[in-house]
Amino acid sequence: MTTPRDTQDLIESLAADLSPARPGTVPLRIAASAAVGGAVALGLVLVFLGLRPDLRQVAAGDMMFWMKAGYAVVLGLAGFWSAERLARPAGSGRGGFLLMALALGMVILFAAIRMMRMPPEMRMPMWLGQSWDVCPIRILMLSIPTLALALLVMRRLAPTRLTLAGAAAGLFAGGVAAAAYGLHCTETGAAFLATWYSLGVALSAALGALLGPWALRWR
Amino acid sequence: MSVDLEPRLNALMRRAQAGEAAAWRELLSVLAERLAIYFGRRLAQDHAADLEDLVQETLLAIHRRRATYDPSQPFTAWAYAVARYKLIDHWRRRRIRAHVPLEFVEDSLWEEPDLSAEARLDLERLLVTLPERQQRLIRDVKIEGLSLAEAGARAGMTEGAAKVALHRAMATLSSRTRAT
Repeated sequence: MTTPRDTQDLIESLAADLSPARPGTVPLRIAASAAVGGAVALGLVLVFLGLRPDLRQVAAGDMMFWMKAGYAVVLGLAGFWSAERLARPAGSGRGGFLLMALALGMVILFAAIRMMRMPPEMRMPMWLGQSWDVCPIRILMLSIPTLALALLVMRRLAPTRLTLAGAAAGLFAGGVAAAAYGLHCTETGAAFLATWYSLGVALSAALGALLGPWALRWR
Repeated sequence: MSVDLEPRLNALMRRAQAGEAAAWRELLSVLAERLAIYFGRRLAQDHAADLEDLVQETLLAIHRRRATYDPSQPFTAWAYAVARYKLIDHWRRRRIRAHVPLEFVEDSLWEEPDLSAEARLDLERLLVTLPERQQRLIRDVKIEGLSLAEAGARAGMTEGAAKVALHRAMATLSSRTRAT
């Protein structure tokens, strides 16, 4: 099979245009979307929700505060890992999604143990806290800046499984959003974290999966 | 599935990523030929005119998005994923995707053209009549050359179960060949 003349010309011009590839392009660009999106989310928390009044004390060593932060960061890293792989042709997001499942499993296990040790009449109030009805939706809202940027950035890379790549971007953005929201939220229940934070991040991942095939389509 | 292509193409790609134009020219030339065969088999007769456009578009995409290639991963899989994406995108834009079974694009860009295009099409037509699980088994074992244990692991079954399922699938295929 011979290659037609104009395709050969194209190859010549592409070879002439070649510049060395910068290693780390993919992770750097995706990380940049979290830097900007996370800053916007932080701004939204400061302006509309306010930092929790006891932030200074809890940051000095409250276990639940750090567990919420840690869970959010691990979910964000899991999403980052998956998105970084799925932004490439033939990339597999399995590692990141497994990490997410592992983190979720550990938080659920921890919450279940705490629940069992609690007097039964305390269980419901600890699970629902004061803010179960607003927590997931706020995390979803806070994830939107990072999600939008991550989708824009990934579209210029080369995802080939768009729904999965979108879900990874959503998981990533959800983790960033949950970390920012943890600076406002005063809930202390492990079951609260396991349920409502997870739900918020899951909503963000679902939004990413929904938008993926449309937002990530490239030519 | 050509096994010896991977090291050669991977080496070319690494040199190209370092900025060596000659390596990029050689790699793109190999790809142009492969892509023409791959798309040629899958475009309907009335879209044969799109073939060269599609090849060029794919080469361009490979050029523009080359930074997404991770040298530690197989280059053949990377390039194939781009080609497959471009083909599906082409179908989608032409709104003809519904008429072509998606399974049509499942086999690899890297198979040696040892079967004539005709025979390959016949095989594809037969294969797509099988349940997806059986199709995959046949592709993995008979076309890709995986062992029964590997193909079984991929499909989430034991080697023994894979053997039985494959046998059943081959029996169905051969009875259909006789029927046509």
